[in-house]
Amino acid sequence: MSGTASPATEQISGTLPRPREPRRFSFNPRQSGIYVAFALIVVLFSVLTGGTMLQPENISNIIVQNSYVLILAIGMILIIIAGHIDLSAGSVVAVTGAVSAVLMVNLDIPWLPALLITLVVGGLIGAWQGYWVAYFGIPAFIVTLAGMLVFRALTLTVLGNQGIGPFPDPIRTLSNGFTDGYLGNIGLGPLGGADLVSLLVGVLVVAGIAVSQWRARRGRLQYLQAVDPLPVFLLKTGGAGVVVLAVVVQLARFKNIPWVLVLLAALVLFYSALTTRAVFGRRIYAIGGNLQAATLSGVKVKSVVFWIFVNMGVLSALAGVIFAGRLNQAGPTAGTSFELDAIAAAFIGGAAVQGGVGKVVGAITGGLIMAVINNGMSLIGAPSEQVMLVKGLVLLAAVAYDIWTKRRGAAAR
Amino acid sequence: MTEFILTMAGIGKSFPGVRALADVSLSVRHGEIHAICGENGAGKSTLMKVLSGVYPHGSYDGEITFDGQRCEFGGIRDSERRGIVIIHQELALCPQLSVAENIFLGNEQASGGLIDWNRTNQRAGELLDRVGLRESAVTPVGELGVGKQQLVEIAKALSKKVRLLILDEPTAALGADDSAHLLDLLRGLRADGVTSVIVSHKLNEIMAIADSITVLRDGRTIETLDVAADTVTEDRIIAGMVGRDLEHRFPPHEPKIGAEALRIEDWTVHSPTRPDHAVVDRANLVLRRGEIVGLAGLMGAGRTELAMSVFGRSYGRDISGRLVKDGRPIEVRSVREAIANGIAYVTEDRKRYGLNLIEDVKRNISAVGLSRLARRGWVNENEEFQIAGRFRASMNIKVPTVNTLTGTLSGGNQQKVVLSKWIFTDPDVLILDEPTRGIDVGAKYEIYSIINRLADEGKAVLVISSELPELLGLCDRIYTLAAGRITGEVSREQATQERLMRHMTRNQEQNP
Repeated sequence: MSGTASPATEQISGTLPRPREPRRFSFNPRQSGIYVAFALIVVLFSVLTGGTMLQPENISNIIVQNSYVLILAIGMILIIIAGHIDLSAGSVVAVTGAVSAVLMVNLDIPWLPALLITLVVGGLIGAWQGYWVAYFGIPAFIVTLAGMLVFRALTLTVLGNQGIGPFPDPIRTLSNGFTDGYLGNIGLGPLGGADLVSLLVGVLVVAGIAVSQWRARRGRLQYLQAVDPLPVFLLKTGGAGVVVLAVVVQLARFKNIPWVLVLLAALVLFYSALTTRAVFGRRIYAIGGNLQAATLSGVKVKSVVFWIFVNMGVLSALAGVIFAGRLNQAGPTAGTSFELDAIAAAFIGGAAVQGGVGKVVGAITGGLIMAVINNGMSLIGAPSEQVMLVKGLVLLAAVAYDIWTKRRGAAAR
Repeated sequence: MTEFILTMAGIGKSFPGVRALADVSLSVRHGEIHAICGENGAGKSTLMKVLSGVYPHGSYDGEITFDGQRCEFGGIRDSERRGIVIIHQELALCPQLSVAENIFLGNEQASGGLIDWNRTNQRAGELLDRVGLRESAVTPVGELGVGKQQLVEIAKALSKKVRLLILDEPTAALGADDSAHLLDLLRGLRADGVTSVIVSHKLNEIMAIADSITVLRDGRTIETLDVAADTVTEDRIIAGMVGRDLEHRFPPHEPKIGAEALRIEDWTVHSPTRPDHAVVDRANLVLRRGEIVGLAGLMGAGRTELAMSVFGRSYGRDISGRLVKDGRPIEVRSVREAIANGIAYVTEDRKRYGLNLIEDVKRNISAVGLSRLARRGWVNENEEFQIAGRFRASMNIKVPTVNTLTGTLSGGNQQKVVLSKWIFTDPDVLILDEPTRGIDVGAKYEIYSIINRLADEGKAVLVISSELPELLGLCDRIYTLAAGRITGEVSREQATQERLMRHMTRNQEQNP
């Protein structure tokens, strides 16, 4: 890669500022606070549950039980960055779950085409809402509030008052199943047996993280950008590797890697890249950051807003199929209040109410914080009203913290 | 008691990077109409905001004495309690509420927490009689024209037992009849003992109504004229407003004027809120490559509206006229088409319309030309960093790194970021709207140098500015705009501030 980039570098290096002294480790409380909070919450519940929290089966459960909310959170964060909101996600989950059940169970259409049709239906639902928001100019709050009622009503119309099931095996495997132990188990000393394929995947993922981080660092250095000092870089990358490996080892000791985790990982990778590196993603931040400036910069505001709602519809349909597959039936009350969990995940994950700010990884972390609170509190036997109470206060505290750090930052200027 | 109801002494007010008021003194006699004149940016509005408490005591220097008492207003409510009421240029009425509700907004006619509607509407009716507005008190304000809304504002001021009424550009949006009525009303109030301070650009109106005239320039009081005692003429006022010698330093520039780049023909733009009102009226302009053309006009003349309507119809409705680029007629229906045709517009309000303040320098610079840095929709971030670094060096943007948020920068550096953003699109025609507003003197010089450089690269540059010396020092040719019409075209050699100001203050009646 040095062959193509270096001539340009040499050509203008005379005018470029000199490479800055690599900064000492810097801590940005507004961005990093969420990850620290997540770590603390995990530690807290690990202690409170006497270690049950981190048992292989429980880690697997947390992932599988929350996958659909995390998928919704990915779509939601894009909408929130653009300065909008989607209250209809839960109802769209229900109606698309019902559609997939009708296709697969009642009409006996093979699972793959049925899944694709369901995703298209989700996209059309998103296009419907996106049209009213982007082109007609109705606030998203109203459009999706209407959608929340309309799509719940359509669910009830399709399903009547009963569920449709059971789903074909591939769908159940996608929602609930695990990768096979193709290569058998391997002994891990005191940890007992673990699936070799899962472990290999884990090692590959860690290696992938390390290589891509290293290459990004090399590229930045080539362009004379400031990077973390080498020890900090190694610590960060190594830390991430250790966490990933630890989770994979625990999963390998249980039933191998859940398929939804594979799906989720792919979605997170894709949407992280989309938001940070794609032109389309940049437009979303531009719109949320300053709508007028984006308009006067030639951003096709309406089109971008339309497509993020289409995207939300597709992701809601995916979540709808997975949720139905997990319960093995599409029910009339499916997805109730999922939208609120997804919205909460986005805001806990550092999104700003005014738009323009937020990260996919942040929304996932926000979703995981709520998942861990849910899981941990139910493990220690707390009643559901207490769980709700704590989740509500955590949401409030997260946004209050965000506003507080912002205000302090502004005052320091 | 002295003869003065209000004295402001040694008023100074600074904003980050700008000194808006340096040393202003103002003395207003009991019961007079006192006019304040000055160019845009002379500090008139800032002064009025200091007086009315919008800028609270402690945020400015100097002393205010009202009715013999020192004033230390913490906010608008404090000044209103003393009887000082300000009517802003942008009217602050709620269009959905009735006339009566607007008049008593914040001062509701209530007993025991319940609004007494009979009393509200009756007293509103009395006030409407006093200002000569024949409308029902229950009419929604939104159904009234601007002139009548202005009268509602005055009625509202009267309801607060006003002693000093401040009007900021009260007739800027009014037609001749409404203006005449408003001036009559002010004379009537003077007879009732109400003192008025009127900020206005319209010198003929000031001459007709004012007892005293204070001229501001560059945040200082230049002189106060007594209309009865001194011989006051419009020329005398203009001389005071613009009288500064060209001590501003402008980078030397030898223009290399080339072929015609953009021709704007018969350009007419109607107001989006008042479809019958032509904000720009049959304007014709020619911009040539390598030439810096100025567009002068007072506030409300339609300068920004002209520029934004050309820039992809970003303002206005019922736009008619032709655009000819490099000899070929072009259709520019959207901002994207404007950019595609090599037109760039740098807004006068960079914080609201120019920048994403919560994003960093490099992403603001790449915002318009992002596709140049992308392959198949994916941005090359290293390339982006490099480009931003190049602009940082060539435009001398003073930031620690290009990852700094633009919201933390000074006005001058923010403006360099906005200019970089548009230069990155490699336009042929740049429209710069108030390019040095809110920028300190040193950074202004840098901006002028950048503008000269752009012209030397063969770009056509249109500079809109309220500061006449800036236009005189920078431009090769200057158009003047008044009430939406081009009222003059002056070459660099012929241009003087007095001449431009005369063109700019031409009212419609004088310019058939």
